[in-house]
Amino acid sequence: MNRTAEIVIIGGGISGLATAYNLAAKGMKDVVVLEKGYLMSGSTGRCGAGVRQQWGTEMNCLLAKASCEIFENLNEILDYEGDIEFKQGGYLLMAVTEKEVEQFKKNVALQNSLGIKSVLLTPEEALEIVPDLNIEGILACAYHHKDGHANPFHTMIAYAEAAKRLGVKIYTYTEVTGIMVEGGRIKGVNTNRGDIYTDKVLIAAGAWSREIGAMAGVDIPVRPERHQILVTEPVNHRLGPMIMSFAGNIYCQQEPGGEFIMGHGPAEHETYSVTSSWDFLEEMCRKAVRFLPYLKNIRVVRQWSGLYEISPDAQPILGKVPQVEGLYVATGFSGHGFMFGPITGVLMAECILGLPTTIPIDKLDLGRFERGELIFEPSVV
Amino acid sequence: MKSKTIVCRCEDVTLEEIEALIEKGYTSMDEIKRITRCGMGQCQGRTCRTLLLAELARATKTHPADIKVTTFRPPAKNVKMSVILGGIEDEQNG
Ligand SMILES: Cc1cc2nc3c(=O)[nH]c(=O)nc-3n(C[C@H](O)[C@H](O)[C@H](O)COP(=O)(O)OP(=O)(O)OC[C@H]3O[C@@H](n4cnc5c(N)ncnc54)[C@H](O)[C@@H]3O)c2cc1C
Repeated sequence: MNRTAEIVIIGGGISGLATAYNLAAKGMKDVVVLEKGYLMSGSTGRCGAGVRQQWGTEMNCLLAKASCEIFENLNEILDYEGDIEFKQGGYLLMAVTEKEVEQFKKNVALQNSLGIKSVLLTPEEALEIVPDLNIEGILACAYHHKDGHANPFHTMIAYAEAAKRLGVKIYTYTEVTGIMVEGGRIKGVNTNRGDIYTDKVLIAAGAWSREIGAMAGVDIPVRPERHQILVTEPVNHRLGPMIMSFAGNIYCQQEPGGEFIMGHGPAEHETYSVTSSWDFLEEMCRKAVRFLPYLKNIRVVRQWSGLYEISPDAQPILGKVPQVEGLYVATGFSGHGFMFGPITGVLMAECILGLPTTIPIDKLDLGRFERGELIFEPSVV
Repeated sequence: MKSKTIVCRCEDVTLEEIEALIEKGYTSMDEIKRITRCGMGQCQGRTCRTLLLAELARATKTHPADIKVTTFRPPAKNVKMSVILGGIEDEQNG
């Protein structure tokens, strides 16, 4: 294992890998990524991998739009021999309360002003996109044809392989146990396989980022929250877009292989546990069958869970950590870090190299919590 | 014709694909499962889990008992949603 590095990235999820790739692509040498488990063991390898541009804050719209444009070309950008399976079947968001209808109107106006061509639909119009949808109780829908989902495993491997070709070292089963700070500057990291000296560290440790921040004496206010998900047997293609309801707290999509993947997310207490529960299975089936009655004849094959990395305002935390020279952070995606991954990689690489960032990220810095400048996103599940 | 040995019948994963990944350094069952979908199909790895384990043990010269096996995830068998929901109604009906 390397004993020195120009930067050590803690966490081999999409945020860490995409940043490592972009740093190397911009010419940085000796980029090291440390991952305590196997690749795909963190949240990225457990997620629904939905990618949407229909957001309720300008910041999220801009990030998501830029990220989606990268997804569209990711196989080519990373010269991947496989396929990240990016399917742009759209996202159909279903409003079931008057309050949501009002929010959708505001969101669509905001999105349109930023070049995202989302539209409001009546439930009857939504039927043209999802003919089997049970529209009872649905008041209105919002739809954007360029939203979609990808295969999270292949997306990660595409980044990892491209990064490795550019000289990035990825060490799996290598757990960071401490961060060496001297005189307010990063000196290196301790791991279960020895120390690495470096003057730059990026914390991209997902739901575990608070623990890592503490190693450098910094508070990163991110908490782990378990979310469950299931997959069905593959069947013929019936569902084009991802369907989602914020108030109903459900999302459901059909994969290119024909399987349905779906989740719903009651707020859970803080936990690092990634076990599965029977309650979830029952409640999930009930919610899914309500919107797509034909699902009742389809078999559930597997359920699993993963962790959201929840920040106090459900927005990412990106940028320099002011208290420690050489320390950077990219986390707090609050359950949406997969879709932001590609743009996170670009922005963090720019930030670390001291370049102007493609999208201004100063408002997403860690300092906003102390300053009380939180940015609330209204549209999350 | 190039020979093809099927390891995972549900997801059509061949031994050759697995060997290529091991060659690239993906030597855990968890990684190979996720990249190839070996064991992620309808039977949940009933046959291929042990085949993959044996292949990894051979290729990495590790005792099979020392290889971390992928998690067995619920439900143990495929279940129709109507059956899962039927359970709820039965309870409600007393
Ligand atoms: C059920 C579910 C569904 C989701 N659906 C979506 C979706 O549809 N769309 C979307 O955009 N997002 C979704 N998400 C959220 C998404 O998965 C995460 O936001 C995203 O994967 C975060 O990526 P990351 O790289 O920041 O973190 P991770 O992928 O969690 O990577 C962090 C890594 O750090 C490692 N690590 C931790 N501590 C240490 C240490 N001490 N030393 C070394 N390594 C360490 C971990 O092992 C982990 O692999 C979903 C999440 C879940 C759980």
